[in-house]
This record gives sequence, structure tokens and C-alpha cells, in this order.
Amino acid sequence: MPLITSNKTQPTYDVIVVGSGAAGGQTAYTCAMEGAKVLMLEAGRNYDPVTETPMFQTNGQAPLRGGNTTDKPFGFHDATVDGGWSVPGEPYTSASDDPERKFWWWRARMMGGRTNHWGRISLRNGPYDFKPYSRDGLGFDWPLRYEDVAPYYDKTEMLVGVFGTSPGMENTPDSPPGVLLPPPKARAGEMLAQQRAKQLGIPVIPIHRAVLTVQQDANRLPAILHPNNPKAQRVLADAMRSRAACFWATPCGRGCSIKANYQSTTVHIPPALATGNLDILPNAMAREVTYDGSGKATGVIYIDKATGQEGRVQGKVIVLAASSAESVRILLNSKSAQFPNGLANSSGKVGKYIMDTVGASLNGHIPALEDLPLHNEDGAGGAHVYVPWWLYKEQLAGKLGFARGYHIEFSSGRHMPSATTAAGMEWITGGSYGRKFKEDARRYYGTAMGFAGRGEMIPNDDSYCDLDPKMKDKWGIPVLRFHWKWSAHETRQAAHMQKTFAAIIESMGGKVRTPPTEGRKAIEPGGKIIHEVGGTIMGADPKTSVTNQWCQTWDVKNLFITDGGPFVSNADKNPTLTIMALAWRSSDYIIDQLRKGNL
Amino acid sequence: MDRRTAIKWMLTAAASVAALRRDSFGADEPGTGAPAVGYGTDPDLLKVYKPGDLWQLTFTAAQRATAAALCDTIIPADAKGPSASSLKVPDFIDEWISAPYDGHAADKKTIIDGLTWLDAEAQKRFKNDFTGLIASQKNAICDDICYTAKAKPEFTKAAQFFKKFRDLTAGGYYTTPEGMKDIGYVGNVPLATFDGPPPEVLKKLGLA
Repeated sequence: MPLITSNKTQPTYDVIVVGSGAAGGQTAYTCAMEGAKVLMLEAGRNYDPVTETPMFQTNGQAPLRGGNTTDKPFGFHDATVDGGWSVPGEPYTSASDDPERKFWWWRARMMGGRTNHWGRISLRNGPYDFKPYSRDGLGFDWPLRYEDVAPYYDKTEMLVGVFGTSPGMENTPDSPPGVLLPPPKARAGEMLAQQRAKQLGIPVIPIHRAVLTVQQDANRLPAILHPNNPKAQRVLADAMRSRAACFWATPCGRGCSIKANYQSTTVHIPPALATGNLDILPNAMAREVTYDGSGKATGVIYIDKATGQEGRVQGKVIVLAASSAESVRILLNSKSAQFPNGLANSSGKVGKYIMDTVGASLNGHIPALEDLPLHNEDGAGGAHVYVPWWLYKEQLAGKLGFARGYHIEFSSGRHMPSATTAAGMEWITGGSYGRKFKEDARRYYGTAMGFAGRGEMIPNDDSYCDLDPKMKDKWGIPVLRFHWKWSAHETRQAAHMQKTFAAIIESMGGKVRTPPTEGRKAIEPGGKIIHEVGGTIMGADPKTSVTNQWCQTWDVKNLFITDGGPFVSNADKNPTLTIMALAWRSSDYIIDQLRKGNL
Repeated sequence: MDRRTAIKWMLTAAASVAALRRDSFGADEPGTGAPAVGYGTDPDLLKVYKPGDLWQLTFTAAQRATAAALCDTIIPADAKGPSASSLKVPDFIDEWISAPYDGHAADKKTIIDGLTWLDAEAQKRFKNDFTGLIASQKNAICDDICYTAKAKPEFTKAAQFFKKFRDLTAGGYYTTPEGMKDIGYVGNVPLATFDGPPPEVLKKLGLA
């Protein structure tokens, strides 16, 4: 079974998965490895990182020196194709014209979705993060505990390959021995930040990222991940051997042709295809899930983008993994007599409690980094260290004025020059030009450090999405309309972030470029961090949630949602690792229930 | 696709566009679904591009000459690298201001107005185009406009132009192989190991 076209689909499948990113990739992987016949629908084109990734291309070889455009919002060589804040012909709307109440939705219409370009930051939610309501009375508890997810974090980290350490910090879970890969050495600016921030009581530790610092152990891991399944072990061992360790060049956001980092297209999909149990239908824009009127989903109706024609596929189990908001859209567009407000929506909660991550940043100039002897700082194509949230006790004691934490990501070093290298230096050069400018450019290159906070947002009643009453996309499918509002917990957190960053920059002897401001100005617009989760939250009560702890909808037992939609809270930890861990856990449940004849 | 589907499809598309206009989203708004006008959302990422490959360049010969002279005033040749114009930086600036993307039209106005002002100012002060000035004369003008925070009110606009032009010149220059060498970028090569900063760096930072 392979990459197929509409006329090659099988009459029926065990599992139909809508989406091919972190959630769809993991779901298809687990189900196919366990022998289920799987069809994956992807709205975008097929995409092969091995042949398409611009690994050593320089910005000088790209249009506009690689700078951002509306066609390529993260720069020309960014892995995302056919995606961004806008997708031609596929609009979404905002209920409000107020910029503070707009939501920005990043979509990647391509095989592998957003996993192709993501930052590879792979942090586990901790015990507090699954029971936030119990801890501070805000938001909701998850219907599961850290201990329920921990084995799947272990498995996911071993499968995709995550570097990092286990320093035993509060609510920042360790991984068991033999799971993580060794972290890379810190860069000069990272080490300086570590030394100075320590004096402020701020810990800088190795980050966890899905990059192979050494090759995976193909002799040991497959048996752990797929016990009693020799075929899966063989397939996975081959897949692991085809992945090279990082060679310390080219940014991860471009994707990786040597498969040294995780993206669904290099890690999940190839072994799933190698089982012979997976068909993939690209350019298939899922419109709705069909329903038999008596409790079961029967299949998916999609638009074949190549022909504009409608197609139908049937399966025993339907899994939405289209990104949390896109899965909401599919459910709301799946109307029937029993579900006039959208499939699996008897609770009325489909589309409710969408969340992003709180983002705020601050930049500074660090004179200590001027004129450092030249050396290669490319490293693992992204951060090597970070600051986990460190003020749990102060926060619980009510000393901070906001209820949830954030972690800090930062960048330093002499990156490959881009369209903005040596730009905007007036504030430190006094406006030099000529030979003096060239000297300044050398002196100040790599002395800018940028700090960015990534914080937890608490779900609220004003942040949700529904169907726009009028607008349809070019495929004739009603589009999403977003409603958005930050609460004071988020804006105060953003203000705290900027003050912290200023303190760190100053502790390094640096100068802050633009001083900290009030939270409402500091905070990034909703959606901008591209950590959109929620909208089909899981829970213990069918009246107040869309799915149970297995990501199985309460209303339709053979319908699952394995993307970020079932997230009940959005901890500061970047969601991708948790999406994969929960997708694996749900997929194990699907396989078990299929074998028992319950689905 | 049959005719009925085709018509239905077209009508839907037309309705979407009309609805977009009705809601009057600007181009820098999220989610407009506005069609691409540049290299599109799926360009060949492996190809090597040069200015003029994707859209027409628009400098006149005179503008190009003034731009080149200003590029070299900002980034002249020195012991570590050649001049900006010798690396075709004016072509990049032309590509930039001629690009069909948001914001580039505004930059075009800034640059073209600024180049026009520069020649007029050169005529006013020295009875010559900017390209015909000797270094000290070029510097006399540039000293008045090189720092937006300190520029006199009558030079505010010219200083904003200079700032934009210097940023573009730097971006164009330091992304070339010669410019990357000049500024000290030594990455983008595969390594067997990543060893972190060398001892002399740690020593300088007090981290040894």
C-alpha cells in the first residue's frame, strides 16, 4: 500500500486518519505497525524532505535574500510550502475587527504538516500540567494523570529521538535512563546566560529537542517500542538506520534531508508505509465525517483538489488529526438529523476553549560577545539550552499576579547572514557608514541576543471558533470564524516575561533594545506562537467535554480526535511531544478495541 | 469535472472573493486567503535565484548609478572584503523594491524618493550628481542623514531613507560568499562533532 490517487482507494479501511502531521503521523504509524489497514488523507501535496530540503543553500541564493513574504512567511527556505497565515482560496475570519481579538491560524497544506518546519522543542507536561484546576482552581483538570502519559512520553522520545537531560526539577519531568540522547554543548552566549542568570536564581539547562545528536540505537529500541511484534521491529530498525545523526549545519526549520530531526515525513510515515498497511491520499481536503444515524461514523467525504470532485471513503474507525481547529471545522461541517450542530457535539463544546501559547520577547546587545574569536556556532539548528519555569512556589503563594508559568527560549551566536544581518544597528553604532560600518558589522555580529517567553494560557469562554455564517472556501466548505480574548493572567505574564528578559540581559552586562512595556502591548496576538490546541476538549463528563481520555468522542464511539483538540490546558511546554504521546496512547486503545470487536 | 460542478465551483470562488472585499481585510491581516502574486506558495527551494529572475527590476540607469555610489559609500572595499557594488548589491536593492509583496511598494517609494533627493542635494551643495562627488563631498551629505535620532528636522525623511538603504545594502552584501567571509561567518559546513566554543572564547568570556 502506498501513495495513491482517489481512484485507487480500497472499498473500506480499518482506520481512516485525516491529517499527516504529528498527530496523523503518529496515529497512522501506530495503527499500521499493529497491522490495521490505514488510509491517511492529507489536504496538501506529497512532500519529500530527502529530495526537497534546501540543506546548504545560502540566503544569497534565494529571492529577497531569503526574507519573509506572504508566500513564505518564515522565509524562503522555510520548509512550509502551500501554507502560512493565509492559504490562497482558503480563508478564515475573525468575529472582531479589534487586533487584540484576532486569531492568527498557521496552516501547512503539505504532507507532514507543521512538523516539517517546527522548532523541534520537545518538553513533557509535568504532573501539575494535567491537574491545573486542582492546583489553582482555574481552567479544567485532564481526565488523566502524568503517570498515565509518562510511558508514552518514553516511547515517543525513543521513536523520534530527543536530546536533553533529566535534572530532576519541579514539574519538569525527567526521562528514564536510556531514553534521551546526549545534549549538544552550549554555545558561548548560552553559557554566558547560564552563568549570569544563575545569579538571578534563574536556571538555564539543556533543552529537549527532537534532533539526533547521535544515531539511534536500532538494535535496542525497536524491541522496546514494539514488543512481540517482529515485523514492526524489523521495519523500525530499518527506518532508524536510515536516519543520520546531526552534522551540525543548516537550520532545522528547513526540514532535514538526512532525517536527523523529527518530522512526520521522515520518521512516522516511511516506516508506516513500509509495513504495507498504509495508503496515503494527498490533495484530499476532508469536508465532513459521514454518520449512519445510529451511533457510528462511516467514513469521510473529501474534495480531491486535483479535480475539484467529491470523494468518499469508508472505515471502521475515523480519526481526525487535521490540527485542532481544522478538526473542529470538519466536525461542525458534519451535520445530520441527530447532530444538527455538528458531529459529536451534543455537549455544544466543539470549538470551545481554543488556546495558544503566551508569547513575548525582548532583545538586547551583549558587549561581552563582541569580537569573540571566530568559531562555528550553527550547532543543532536551534536552541541548545532553555529556562524551564522556576517560580512555582512564588506563583502558588499568589505573589506573581498571574496563575501559570512560562519557559524561556533564547537565541545567540553568529547565524548564517540573512537579509537583516547588520541591519538596525544605529542604536549601538550611532549611524556609522563606510569603513567604520564594516568594522561595526564585524564587531557586533552575533552580539544580539533575543529572549522569548512561552507561557501557559488558561482556557476561557471568549476564545473559541465556530463556522462563519456566510463565507466558504474555494472548495465550497464553510470556513472557521475565530473569537479571541486574552485574560489578565496572560497579559500580566507577558509583562513579567519582558521584565525578566531585561534583568537577564542586564545581568550579562547587556543593553535592552526596546524597554519592557505593559502586558497588552508585550503579548503576541493569539495564534502567533502556532501552539493552537483545544476546541474538542477531553473530560470525565460527556456533558462538558467532547472526548474521553482516549480522545474518543463521547457521542460517536468509533470517532477519535488525536491532534491538539482534546487538550484541556496548554502548559508552557510546547504541545507537539504531548500530541504525539497522546496520539500513540489513543492508537493503542483503538487497536485494542478493534481487536475486541468494540468499534 | 462536469460543467455544473465547474460553474458551482466558480460561483463559490467568486462569492468568497466578494465576501473578502466586503469584510475589507487588509493584506497584512490573518487568513484573507488572498491569491499570491510573487513566486507563489510552492517555489523550488533548491534553485539558485538572482535578482530579475522572478520579477522585473525597475531602477532606471540613473537610479542604479546613484544606488551603486551610495552602496559603496556605505560598504566600500577594505582589506577584508570588496565593495558592495562589486558584489551586485544594487541589483538586490532593485529586486527588493520591485518585489510584488506587502511593504515593498512602500520601500520602493522610500528608496526612489531618497535617491532623487540625494542627487538634488548633491546638485544643491556641489553642483553635481551624487555619483560625481568626491568622497569628502559624499560624506558631507551622509553625515547629515546617517543617524535618524540625531538628524536635523529638515533631514528627517532623508535619514529614514538612509537607514533603510543601509539596512538593505548590509543585507545584500553580507549574504554573498564574500560578505559572509568578511563578517566572519564560518558555519554552513558539515561537522563530525559539535565541540562548543573553543578555549580562547571561554577564556575571553570568563567561562573557562
